[in-house]
Amino acid sequence: MSRAWEIFLARLPRGARAIAWLGIAVGILAAWLMTPPVMLRSPVVPVLVGAVAVALGVYAFTRGVRRLGAGAAVFGVLGAGLGLLTTQSGEANLEGVVVWSALFAAMLRYATPLIFASIGGMFSERSGVVNIGLEGMMLMGCFFAIWGADKTGSWLGGIAIAAVAGGLLALVHAYFAIHLRADQIVGGTAVNFLALGITGYLFIDIYKDTGTPSDIARIPDVHLSFLKDWYFVGPIVGQLNLLIWVGLATILISWIVMFKTPVGLRIRSVGEHPRAAETVGISVYRTRYAAVTLSGVLAATGGAYLSIGFVGSFNQNMTAGRGFIALAALIFGKWRPFGAAAAAILFGFSSALADRLPVYSESGAVLFRSLPYALTLIAVAGVIGRSVPPAAIGKPYVKQ
Amino acid sequence: MSDVEPVGGPEGESDGAPSSAAARLAVLQRVGGIVTPLITVVFAFLVGGLVVVATTGKNPLTTYKAIFDGSGLNWLLPWETCSDPCTAALNFQQTLIIWIPLVLAGLAVAFAFRCGLFNIGGQGQYLVGAIVAVWVGSSFQGLTPVLHILLTIVAASLSGALYGGIAGLLKATVGAHEVITTIMLNWIAVWVGIFLFGLGGPLQNDTQPWVPVSNDVAEGAKLTVFWGDPILQGLHAGLFVAMGFLVVFWVMLNRTTLGYEVRAVGFNPEAARYGGISVSRNYFLAMAIAGLFAGLAGSLDILGWQYRLNVNDIQVSQVGFIGIAVALLGRNTAIGTGLAAMLFAALVTGTSTRNLDPEIFRPELASNLTLLIQGLVVLFVGADVLILYLWSLRRKARLGRAAAG
Repeated sequence: MSRAWEIFLARLPRGARAIAWLGIAVGILAAWLMTPPVMLRSPVVPVLVGAVAVALGVYAFTRGVRRLGAGAAVFGVLGAGLGLLTTQSGEANLEGVVVWSALFAAMLRYATPLIFASIGGMFSERSGVVNIGLEGMMLMGCFFAIWGADKTGSWLGGIAIAAVAGGLLALVHAYFAIHLRADQIVGGTAVNFLALGITGYLFIDIYKDTGTPSDIARIPDVHLSFLKDWYFVGPIVGQLNLLIWVGLATILISWIVMFKTPVGLRIRSVGEHPRAAETVGISVYRTRYAAVTLSGVLAATGGAYLSIGFVGSFNQNMTAGRGFIALAALIFGKWRPFGAAAAAILFGFSSALADRLPVYSESGAVLFRSLPYALTLIAVAGVIGRSVPPAAIGKPYVKQ
Repeated sequence: MSDVEPVGGPEGESDGAPSSAAARLAVLQRVGGIVTPLITVVFAFLVGGLVVVATTGKNPLTTYKAIFDGSGLNWLLPWETCSDPCTAALNFQQTLIIWIPLVLAGLAVAFAFRCGLFNIGGQGQYLVGAIVAVWVGSSFQGLTPVLHILLTIVAASLSGALYGGIAGLLKATVGAHEVITTIMLNWIAVWVGIFLFGLGGPLQNDTQPWVPVSNDVAEGAKLTVFWGDPILQGLHAGLFVAMGFLVVFWVMLNRTTLGYEVRAVGFNPEAARYGGISVSRNYFLAMAIAGLFAGLAGSLDILGWQYRLNVNDIQVSQVGFIGIAVALLGRNTAIGTGLAAMLFAALVTGTSTRNLDPEIFRPELASNLTLLIQGLVVLFVGADVLILYLWSLRRKARLGRAAAG
């Protein structure tokens, strides 16, 4: 027991890192103080507390902890801004907007499709094949999940058919990228067009003007009745869709696969130095085919969640850029499972917030939707620690 | 295309004739330069036709004929007679209206391509141009018309250039991949646009607070309609601007130092650097000029026929993305881009609900068929140079074997 405790203590951040983490916490505090249940009403409080967070962040930044320090400063500014916004609105409104547990539950709902797609993208890009076709593969999942659930009468059938459809489209991308050595960006763009065309065409052809049936078999929720009465936690995780749990498990599994198994080592080596991998007997082509196909399957599963888990119907182009947010999460998370998932959850949070903010600021809430893209832009610009892609990404490999 | 230079192989023995393997490949490519895009398009249409037969059982030829008529291209056929009011002429005007932004969006992608950059951001640059155009065009009421138009177009083009320049600057300074940055910039432009013109947004119209649309462009800032009825959305003078910029593109690329440097960097950045060309400067300039083309497209659409921007337009607009297909199919040349833009403009117009005869084929289905054909075209042009190369390699290997045996 004490041994474990010591290990835990030894792993805690120290020095400037600890300061930066403190800054992030203080930044969150700035917003939290202004919301239920505490709900202070003075505009001075968030500004002061936010300023403290920024100061801590700047301190950490100057001490060389750049990424976390900048993060703390951002959290400070955001916290102060949100806090100020909340003081501007009526108390009754506020109760409606910020019921924290509902917000977190919404965050998980928004994050799940992103998690699936970004983890999928990780497999593809770690193996050296750029996948900007995630959006299209996700869209295939959306439509074929509905169609599959409609035809087979079960949501499992829906997910299975969605996964197959996404995998097939990914296989097309893989064939052009790997065997024909076509430009992978062009291939991904084509995949997005194709998915738009295929799903839109079939949707109109099969469901005409009536839209998808309303009695579609949907992915069930998991009811954890023993958690129901727990303060805060109960309302968040007490009743979540099955695929949300699967998504969270996928993060862990993909991390184990990618960093703790020979399979993952192969994928990574093929993406970093294919020639070296080939020399030690790893088939570059086969590994890449498998990785790209898996990315399509995962992205389509995310799409399936979107259509038969979350919304319950299909609309043309219903992914509306979520595949690109997943791509952003992947890059923001530096091509790592936990990083990508954390980014996906952060982006999910910004979507959830954007969804609820209109109660008191109609237009401003929309800007939150662009947050994922802006943050990723900053991340690739290298302001807060560079995101460096796998070395052989985008380069076709010629067998010898 | 320098990456398809032949490597080694048995071509040494047949030397002496001027047609070395490299020269033959160049000829093949010059021929293929027209032929392979044509094959690609034919193939895409074939697959599209199969889809039509398989799903609806209709004759694909009748469907394609209906789309062709819907695009108004039959107006060009000498044997088609045209009664008044001429539907074909009206349809052809619509195709040309779509052609204008597509050609410029295509040039935006093509120019960056020639510098070795993949500009996915045409959509964002187009939107920024449109947003600025609608803002400038609806402000300054009472300005002299010509001045107002010029001011709007210049402001929109420059802001497009600035927006594209961001990606170029990031590429030049910190090496951030332009594909990633332009994708992000696209979506930022979309959401900022929705914010600006949405309910309660700062640029929402002054008269109807319940409609998420901008103010209308001032009468004086609208481009002249020179063919057809302005009320029926006739063809505006932006056509000449787009044609002019096709020439500008060609001259800039092939007859100026800037174009030479851009192409040199595109062929081989290391060699260009060795030759004393600043690679980062050209990355920035190429993206900025690309953004300028796209921003110009946005302003011409606003001043020519849209006159206002609503939130839905911003969300469903595909101009910048189709521009990618246009540039790829047009092989990043001026003439090719112009022709490819005509094909896609005709497809978009021909399958629109307004123009396609619903008796023959549902327009909703057909517009998705257009997307499918676009996807196939992009997919195959991405690989055509390589297929050609592999094909020539195989033939060479066979010749080599024959010579040895």
